[in-house]
Amino acid sequence: MSDVLAVAEHRRGDLRDVSYELVTAGRELADATGGDLHVAVISGDTEKFADELNREGVDFIHTVSEGEEFNHDVYAQAVEALHAELDPEVLVMANSVNGLDFAPAVANRLDLSLATDAVGFEYDDGLEVTREMYGSKVETTVEVGGDRTAVTIRGVEWPAADGVGDAEVAEFDVDIDTDAGSTVTGFEEVGGGDVDISEADFIVSIGRGIEEEENLDLIRDLVEATDATLSSSRPIVDNGWLPKNRQVGQSGKVVTPDVYLAIGISGAVQHVAGMKGSDTIIAVNTDPNAPIFDIADYGVVGDLFEVVPELIEEFE
Amino acid sequence: MKVLVTVKEVAEVADDFEIAGTEVDERYLEYDLNEWDDYAVEEAVQLKEDGPADEVVTVTIGPERADETIRMALAKGADRAVRVWDDALEDVDLLDVETKTNMLAAVVEEEDPDLVLSGVQAGDDAFGATGVSLADHLGFQWGAVVNALDYDHEAGVAHVHRELEGGVEELTDIELPAVLTIQTGINEPRYASLRGIRQAQSKEIAPKTLNDVGLDADAVESDLTLTSMYEPESESDAELFEGDAGETAGRLAEVLREKGVAE
Repeated sequence: MSDVLAVAEHRRGDLRDVSYELVTAGRELADATGGDLHVAVISGDTEKFADELNREGVDFIHTVSEGEEFNHDVYAQAVEALHAELDPEVLVMANSVNGLDFAPAVANRLDLSLATDAVGFEYDDGLEVTREMYGSKVETTVEVGGDRTAVTIRGVEWPAADGVGDAEVAEFDVDIDTDAGSTVTGFEEVGGGDVDISEADFIVSIGRGIEEEENLDLIRDLVEATDATLSSSRPIVDNGWLPKNRQVGQSGKVVTPDVYLAIGISGAVQHVAGMKGSDTIIAVNTDPNAPIFDIADYGVVGDLFEVVPELIEEFE
Repeated sequence: MKVLVTVKEVAEVADDFEIAGTEVDERYLEYDLNEWDDYAVEEAVQLKEDGPADEVVTVTIGPERADETIRMALAKGADRAVRVWDDALEDVDLLDVETKTNMLAAVVEEEDPDLVLSGVQAGDDAFGATGVSLADHLGFQWGAVVNALDYDHEAGVAHVHRELEGGVEELTDIELPAVLTIQTGINEPRYASLRGIRQAQSKEIAPKTLNDVGLDADAVESDLTLTSMYEPESESDAELFEGDAGETAGRLAEVLREKGVAE
């Protein structure tokens, strides 16, 4: 078979954006392989999700009604069974936290070649994916061998599918062992507390470039002189130098201030996901190749320990 | 209980570098303990210090050069190490997840741990998939992207938080034996003490070949082939301010005033 199977993702009642991106990526692959695009949606309100996923380019939607929220045991078993039924050439999933909690297990049990975190595809006789290495410093193309492959795609790299499709929707019956050993017991919101950085108009954000915790005082002085709100990239919070509610990025807050001043932040994709909607982005970084400059409107290639003291002086 | 930690030595690339063929030129690489694995080692060592773990063993896929990195993990408190490598791997430029799974699984089966901790991903190839693949291969339970771990020794259950996107954590109970992939920030990795570094010198690093762990060369045939490597084209259209620190700060201040966010 030359079909493609995409597995949608949802959380707490809503499809996640990447689900529509999976439809686009899946359609791209199905056009290349000359097959149909199947979309699987597992758990939760599958009827509603199937309706929402019925966008242009989708040929079949398979629903599996088992449980409410993502659970890797349910997903792995459901996808394994669907794969056996459909025998798709390519299985495409999200390179998300939940995607990475079931995709490798599915690839293992079905003996599929696995390429994760794809940012692009080429398809000639077989699949070739584009992916990054060394923290986005290089891009690579990787030939994915084998005749049955699995790929996870990075979010926001493919546009969301739109339009209304005429997919055939059907419930897929599968016996799922719900006693496989992992139980999701709840969710917890993190990052509450004294300040909501997503409300700020002007954010000064600090990253690894600050080097030492003591040096944060310099940034605090700038924040005070300019009446800004302080945030950071992940490593600063990982180090315990700032609380979780100050973290901007995929696992932290999404911010859209008038001005986002990124100091000593390289601009990893996970960070950019949290701030690219800012009206104006300014970057100060020693590395002229830092990806933060790709999305910055203004920049200084220079040493923050020289530039920031001068900047403070401007406002004192 | 016995805890196994997967430890990878990763290459870090200098700010300025050159690519030769499908590799970054060796001159621009520095080798270090994978950042995520540092947190996994710390979590394992804490499990030993807090009581539940009797022994912490690290397992590494890598050439002899990696011993230096493995010593760092031993200096931080791991008891001993296993390192698997083979001449058959020298020419493979991208080990796929299945290959790593096969190699690590062979060691896990020999060591028979209750819990395997692995970093969420490696800083170099960043597949982020080996831990979960390994679990499924072994018939272990698993949890990906764990940023809090509370182990209930009596029940043999790990109560974990999985760090989802957007500031939400999933609370999950996972039955052992299990593989957990550990996210940065779960703890504060220690620096090795001088005493630890001294002790590490006499700890065992057992080198093993594929044959030693019961695998043949077929088990390491990678499905993935690296066909090209290049520097991504800069999409930057940023206006870069030049000059000394005073001048650039002056221009930045102008922008901030123009946008009306600072006076």
